[in-house]
Amino acid sequence: MTWVNQDKTAIVGVGATPYYVRGQSYPRTIYELAGTAILAACEDAGINVKQIDGFAYYSGAGAGYGDRFDTGSFMEMLGIPEVGFTAALTSGGGGSVGAAGLATAAIMNEDATYLVTVMALQQYRQRLGTVFGAAAASVENSFVQPSGLVGPGHLMSVLARRHMHLYGTRREAFAEVVISERENALNRPQAVRRTPLTLEEYFQSPMLADPLCRLDFCLETDGAIAFITTSTERARDLKQEPVLIHGCTHGGSRNWGRAFAWMGMPDPDFASSGHKPVADRLWATSGVKPKDIDVALIYDHFSPMVVMQLEDYGFCEKGEGGAFVESGAIRYKGGSIPVNTHGGQLSEAYIIGMTHVREAVEQLRGVAINQVEDAELALVTGGPASLPVSGLILRKSS
Amino acid sequence: MSYGPAVAVPGDHIRITTDAWTEPFWQAAKEHRLTAAQCGNCGHFRMPPTAFCPECQSQNVKWPTLPGTGTVFSFAICTRSPFPDVPDFVYVPVVVDLDGAPGARLVTNLVGVLAENVAIGDKVRVDWNPIQDEWVLPIFRPA
Repeated sequence: MTWVNQDKTAIVGVGATPYYVRGQSYPRTIYELAGTAILAACEDAGINVKQIDGFAYYSGAGAGYGDRFDTGSFMEMLGIPEVGFTAALTSGGGGSVGAAGLATAAIMNEDATYLVTVMALQQYRQRLGTVFGAAAASVENSFVQPSGLVGPGHLMSVLARRHMHLYGTRREAFAEVVISERENALNRPQAVRRTPLTLEEYFQSPMLADPLCRLDFCLETDGAIAFITTSTERARDLKQEPVLIHGCTHGGSRNWGRAFAWMGMPDPDFASSGHKPVADRLWATSGVKPKDIDVALIYDHFSPMVVMQLEDYGFCEKGEGGAFVESGAIRYKGGSIPVNTHGGQLSEAYIIGMTHVREAVEQLRGVAINQVEDAELALVTGGPASLPVSGLILRKSS
Repeated sequence: MSYGPAVAVPGDHIRITTDAWTEPFWQAAKEHRLTAAQCGNCGHFRMPPTAFCPECQSQNVKWPTLPGTGTVFSFAICTRSPFPDVPDFVYVPVVVDLDGAPGARLVTNLVGVLAENVAIGDKVRVDWNPIQDEWVLPIFRPA
């Protein structure tokens, strides 16, 4: 059954700060970074910031890790006179693209007209890579943290190893994700890593949590990105060609639940991205199939999770993700489904999923640096993490 | 790749917290007794222990003594110290399927083995690592 709100809302503006290597955004404040991105998104859309009347966050309105956004503070700082909607998806980066669905809910319920979704990340105080280790072990985490799995990459390596065990997935597959994304970052001035990478160099990268090496981990960067969502009807009068929200789902199953913060997932969920229920619902409610997608922006905090999402979204069979990527299928040049044409979080920058939304919008406007010819449909995914996870299909306006 | 012997994360750097539902697990560990939360109504195991059985929503809970053996479900090999004041060491965080408690897992360390020799499916048995505040953490060695 097709989603009742299909194509009724659109992303009409995207704005970003420069991408900084971790810590380099100091002494700018995190609200300053977020405000800069919001103003840039408004400028891109051709609206005044005072027209913003709603906020649709994810990550529990988290501002990176540790900080938290508050709508009142944004209104005070930017002069936004009144809001009719201010809400967040729960948990973390899993909901990054689900926020577009939250914005749609606000618009279709006539609570608000111009919704902003914003994320900023500034890591000068607390590196994300050590975010678990520095926290006092909570009651729940007392069942994981004492193992010395203190960072997200540590946790992910355990899932990756299970995938290798069950399906024969090779490190060469993870390398292909890293190398293909690096290839896409080479011509991007804003990319943090843009030197060519060979397979030999990949295998020389130090192991941080065997089977994962440093290059399997995403970048640690600072910056902010915001996007504006409004009704497609209003969007027609704005500056840019609207990018239509064609399908959007979030949630997930109990078998995934808290995921690698739990480690209780049964097979086959354990060695997965947790996205399958959300993916199945995305395809069912959008009427779109994987083969219809022109470009896929797949959340890549760790390279194996790209492989597992490609399986869970049905670009290949479960367990065949390794062979699929090793065949060259995800390459921008010559692949059957170009993935992370912007270099992703592994090579361009990491703003907790928002660079993927930015790239999808640029692809569907036809202005991407690595433009996929005639791109009409883009898949964007949220981070494999504690629920919710989320998926988004964006469509070029016709 | 050669890593060498896997050791436990130093217990004096491990600090846990408990609540009314998890404390019986940790109290048993203090006595070197491995247990897991089992529903007193339907027999379903759940770890970590929570306030309700996710199958039947009963709050009755039993703490059976488990055999103390298990199977490696997955693992990582880490070589960096997680603590600024401790030099680097080799450790193997391991996810263990517990014998006698279907569906229940522990996430802890595997010791007494060369890290490069660990494999999924290995049989392991429980050992005990004293940690802060007089608690004791179950860890595993090859069976």
